[in-house]
Amino acid sequence: MAFHYELRFAGIGGQGNMLAGAIIAEAAIFFENKYATQVPTYTSQVRGGPTKADIIISDEPIYFAESTHINFFLALDQRTYNLYKGDTLDGAIVLVDSGLVEVPDEDRAKWDVYEYPIIRTAKYEVGNVITANILSVGMTGELTQIMSLDNIFKAVEKRVPPAFLELNEKAFKMGVDIAKKLKAEKGK
Amino acid sequence: MSKAQIMNGNELVSEAAIAAGCRFYAGYPITPSSEIPEHLSKRMPEVGGVFVQFEDEIASCMAAVGASYAGYKSMTASSGPGISLKQEAIGLACMMELPLVVVNVMRGGPSTGLPTRVSQADLMQARWGTHGDHMIIAVAPETLLETYTETIRAFNMAEKYRTPVYILTDAVLAHLNGRVELPDPSTLEIIDRTQPSVPPEEYNPYDVERFGEVPPLPNKENFHDYRFHMTGLNKDKTGFPTVNKEAVEADEERMITKITGNIKDIESFEYYKMDDAQLVIFAYGTNAAAARVAVDEAREAGIKAGMFRPITVWPFPEKQVAEIGKNFDKMIVSEINLGQMLYEVERATKGNIEISTVLQAAGVPIRPQQILDKMKEVL
Repeated sequence: MAFHYELRFAGIGGQGNMLAGAIIAEAAIFFENKYATQVPTYTSQVRGGPTKADIIISDEPIYFAESTHINFFLALDQRTYNLYKGDTLDGAIVLVDSGLVEVPDEDRAKWDVYEYPIIRTAKYEVGNVITANILSVGMTGELTQIMSLDNIFKAVEKRVPPAFLELNEKAFKMGVDIAKKLKAEKGK
Repeated sequence: MSKAQIMNGNELVSEAAIAAGCRFYAGYPITPSSEIPEHLSKRMPEVGGVFVQFEDEIASCMAAVGASYAGYKSMTASSGPGISLKQEAIGLACMMELPLVVVNVMRGGPSTGLPTRVSQADLMQARWGTHGDHMIIAVAPETLLETYTETIRAFNMAEKYRTPVYILTDAVLAHLNGRVELPDPSTLEIIDRTQPSVPPEEYNPYDVERFGEVPPLPNKENFHDYRFHMTGLNKDKTGFPTVNKEAVEADEERMITKITGNIKDIESFEYYKMDDAQLVIFAYGTNAAAARVAVDEAREAGIKAGMFRPITVWPFPEKQVAEIGKNFDKMIVSEINLGQMLYEVERATKGNIEISTVLQAAGVPIRPQQILDKMKEVL
C-alpha cells in the first residue's frame, strides 16, 4: 500500500497554523521527494477567525486535497477543535493546547490524545509566542514519525527569516523533546 | 527534467501569463484572487512589463482592454463581485475584437457572498454576463499543472481569435499549495496575434474580405505605425460605426462563427474511464478532482463509473455531451453551485439520458463520498 497521510492543523487566525502546515508539505516535497498539498481555509478576518490547514502527503499525485480521513489533528483553539475534528479517523493522533482546548471523554476514547500548553511554552520557555507554530511542527514530527526530523527542520530553515532562525530552532527542538516526553509518559 | 516546486493556483496563473507573453496586468485586489496581483506586482517589472493597480475593477478592465488595443497581451483578474463590474469592458473587448484574458477565481455569491470560500457559481456569468449576442471562450482547469497550461492556452486562443477568454478557477485551486513540475518554457507553444503585412494606409482592423475572419492586429512594436479606429458600436471594416443591415448582420454572425467555426481547435475535454461505464459523472474544474476520486473508489467497489470533464467549458461541448446522452443510460451532473451547466447538459442530451445531480452551494468543496453515495443511490 502506497504511503498516504492526512493532517489538519486548526486554530484561530494569527497563530501560524497555515505556515506550520506549509512547512510540513514543503518538507515532504523538497526533502522526502513525495507529493504533498496544503489547503488553507480561513475567514474574512485577518486575525481571530477559525482557520485550518489541510495537509496530505502521498507517494502518488493528490487530486482531492481536503483532508477527509485525518491521521493527525492539531487544534489550538476550542471552537475550531469542535468545528473541524469531524473528519478525524478512529485511532488518529490528536494534539491540543491544554490551556485552550478541553477534550471530551468520548473523544479520548476514540483518539490517541496528547495535551500540552503549546502557546504558553512558546511564550515563556522559548521566549516568543510567535514560535508556537514551530514548536507544534516539532511535536508533529516526533508524534507522527512520517518524515525524518532533519528534513522537517530543513523546511523550517527555508521558511524562517534568518534573524529568527536560532529562536525557531530552539522552539523546534523543544517541541520534539516535549513530544518524546509525552510519548514516554504513555509508555510509547 | 524540471525541478519540483511548490506553488498555488494564483501563482501558477501569474507565472503562466508571463510565460505566455503577457506584459500588462491591471486589476483591483479581491479575495481569493489577490495573490495574482501580489505576485505580478513583483514579476511584471522584472520582465519589463506593466503592472497597475487601479482605483477599481471597471477602470482596471478598461485599461487591460486599452493595453490590448495598443498591442500588449493583457490580463485582469478578480472574483465574482469584481467580475460583475468588469462586464462592460469585457463586452467592449468582444465588440472591438481584442484579445483579453480574464481570470475569475470563483467564490460564493451573489454579491459579496463568501469571500474566502469556494464556488463554481459564475459559469453562466462567464457565458452571458455581458449584454448582447456574443460568444465567449472559457477554460476551467482541474489541477495545479493544468492551471498553468490552460492559462497559456487561454492567451493563445485570445490572440488567435481576437477575443476575451476566461480562466475559471476557484478559492480552493487558488490557494492550494502543491507540488508542480513546470514544463520547460522552450517547449511551450506561444501564439501571437497575426501582424499586418500591408502598408499602414491599406490596413483596416476588420477587413475580413481581405484578411479572413480574424484580421491581423498590430502588436506593441507595430502599434505606432498603424492608425486605426475601434469603438463599442457595430462597425464596418474600417472600425467606424455602421447601421447598415447587411454589414451589422455579417459582423454579428462572424463574431460568433470565428469561435464556433473553429471549435475543433478550441474544444478540450477528457473522457476518464468511460469505455465500459454504467454511469457517467459530468464535472469540471476543481470539482472534477472530487469526481475523479469518486470514480476510482467506485471502481474499487465494483461500480463501473466514468467521468466526462470539459476543460474548455465555453463553448459548451454540445456534440460530445449529446453523444454521451445517446450511448449511456445514467449521468450525474456535479458542480459547486445549484445547477448551471446542468441546463446545458439537459439541453444537449435532449432527454436521452437519466440525469441526477450532486450540487452544493455551501462554501465548501463537494466530497468524493457525496458523489459516491449518489452513484449507489441511482444504480
